[in-house]
Amino acid sequence: MNEQRQIILNNIRRSLGRSGPMDKEKISALKDRLTSPKRNLIPERTSLTSSSLITLFKDMAEGVFASVEEVDRLSDIPRAITSYLKKENLPSQVVMSSDEVLDSVPWEEQPLLGISKRIPEKDDMVSVTSAAVGVAETGTLAMFSGPDHPSTLNFLPETHVVVLPKDRVAKSYEDVWDMIRNNTAMGDRNEKKEMPRTVNFITGPSRSGDIEQTLLLGAHGPRRLHIILVDSKETN
Amino acid sequence: MLLMVETLPKQFKKNASRQLADEDLRKALTKSKGHFTGGRQKAIDNLPEFDSLRDKARDIKDHVLENLDFYLEEYEQKVISTGGKVHWASTKEDVQNTVLEICRSVNATSVNKGKSMIGEECDINEALENSGIRAVETDLGEYIIQIRDERPSHIIAPAVHLTKSQVEKSFRETHTHLDPQRILEEPPTLLEEARTVLRGKYFEAQVGITGANFLVAETGSSIIVTNEGNGDLSQLLPKVHIVLASIEKIVPSLEDASTLLRVLARSATGQEFSVYTTVSTGPRRKADLDGPEEYHVILLDNGRTNMLGTEFQDMLRCIRCGACMNHCPVYQSVGGHAYGWVYPGPMGAVLTPSLLGVDEAGHLPNASTFCGRCEEVCPVRIPLPKLMRHWRQREFESHLTPKFARYGIKLWAYLVKRPSLYKWVMGVQVKILFLLGKRQGRFSSLPFAGGWTKYREFPAPEGKTFQQLWSESSNE
Repeated sequence: MNEQRQIILNNIRRSLGRSGPMDKEKISALKDRLTSPKRNLIPERTSLTSSSLITLFKDMAEGVFASVEEVDRLSDIPRAITSYLKKENLPSQVVMSSDEVLDSVPWEEQPLLGISKRIPEKDDMVSVTSAAVGVAETGTLAMFSGPDHPSTLNFLPETHVVVLPKDRVAKSYEDVWDMIRNNTAMGDRNEKKEMPRTVNFITGPSRSGDIEQTLLLGAHGPRRLHIILVDSKETN
Repeated sequence: MLLMVETLPKQFKKNASRQLADEDLRKALTKSKGHFTGGRQKAIDNLPEFDSLRDKARDIKDHVLENLDFYLEEYEQKVISTGGKVHWASTKEDVQNTVLEICRSVNATSVNKGKSMIGEECDINEALENSGIRAVETDLGEYIIQIRDERPSHIIAPAVHLTKSQVEKSFRETHTHLDPQRILEEPPTLLEEARTVLRGKYFEAQVGITGANFLVAETGSSIIVTNEGNGDLSQLLPKVHIVLASIEKIVPSLEDASTLLRVLARSATGQEFSVYTTVSTGPRRKADLDGPEEYHVILLDNGRTNMLGTEFQDMLRCIRCGACMNHCPVYQSVGGHAYGWVYPGPMGAVLTPSLLGVDEAGHLPNASTFCGRCEEVCPVRIPLPKLMRHWRQREFESHLTPKFARYGIKLWAYLVKRPSLYKWVMGVQVKILFLLGKRQGRFSSLPFAGGWTKYREFPAPEGKTFQQLWSESSNE
């Protein structure tokens, strides 16, 4: 394969009319572009105050068939989930990750809610996770994989309930990259400021238009995406 | 093989005539057209910066192509530093061999595939099946055409050429373990059945193969964009994740990827953002509870390096959104299969001759009315009509144009370069046709114009040429 590598690189250089190595100045300019990447154009629509940003996030998410509800406190979440599951006629067994946000929710106040903290299996119906960021621009959730957030939780169960603290609503995808680089997204988990194995941007529930371009929800991933926006990290 | 009869680019004309007579295709294409073009327009109306983003997108891709060797090497280093492996492949056979090698190293018997056009370009499914490894397409559209033994007819909507009753028929023939009396007419029941059938298969595969919409040099990440979530399940559940990507998929930074993502979904399906945009970097980390243990990227050239530095370099900007075919009057009439290979529509008419050679695919660039819609809607501003014109010229120069057409064009060129002779010849010709066709006002057959009169009548001229009428009216 090393041989192939050399052939391809040589072909590129020949086609571009470059016989020798790139000059040093050029290389250092290109390296700079990689080590301190600059933002390109960011749509004006996100130039908003933080409360209007949350409204934009909500509107955009609902526009792609996610359902969104707002609660005041972390302690409201168990009841919110129970009533959502009841309304949708879903079982009250959920599989969940163990992370900073979800671990501070007083689940014991809703004994009817059956909670398993593990990765999902084939027949799990409902998952509950938090999201690292909510991107207002398109109502998109950003999830970082890790021991506190296995990616399969985002895809396998039919219903995905996402808890998103309002102070995690950002403007654009570029904000997500900066949070990863500056290590400001998820507490001290990501010490090395490196990319998580998987960053999942999720914009609404799974869908397909592959049969006569008819929009259908729930192709392989979740049929329902329910986002619970929570005002403060306080329990009470 | 159900429908994959003789669909080679060489046979475009024959393919197109057959497709034009296909009633199901008419029905399917009429349904899809408005959906794509209307959706795109709506998304663009919602984003005032769209045109500026297109300029940015074009500039990013141009910058990458000018420095492709640098970015590929940087990207490779990053992938290795995050625990992944990079394989380089000049041809489709190299890709096949690498995929098989990786599969054998984990004794794979079953492979799940997310949608990948490079997979199609390299006939990966065939290679796997020939080696006794089951390949399962998991994208709904790809799954449908896989069980029908067809090629995709569109780069983002592989089964766009089919009606729901054709899908129903295929499902009944394939899913024989299910009750034959079941109700299956409507798309929701079809989707439900596919979801259930494929669900079981996700857990059986040892290897998951996906494509890549972008490769990020800054981080060594691959990005896929899907709506169904099949790509994610395909890459998360098996032990090994293989990414198939062509070399021009590189972008410098995550910021650059974000800009391209902003124009991709809007141009493709009219969505503001696809449902799942997934950025993968290396294999699972030490403390991770899920994700693949191995992460491989196969970088394919397959003729692309030869396009660099030529007039066709612009084509390598393509981000495979499909907007050009959604807006192409020729594609919308003949459908994707007429183009005879992996890439249909205007982008295929330029790319296919570049990758397969003008003698194989020189016909394709002729399948254009030069209406210019493809260039107008291209998110990275590829001058598709100009590139098709380049190919037509090359086809002519390498004497591949049929003799009759060559002499016709030469004769015409001789005449137009001599205006007074041209006027005289046209005047005589129009007069003769006027006299011959006076009685009926039309011709149902004409020498040298059989291609026209076979399908419709040729209206008889009314005695004067356009130029004569023009000078008469300007004299008034």
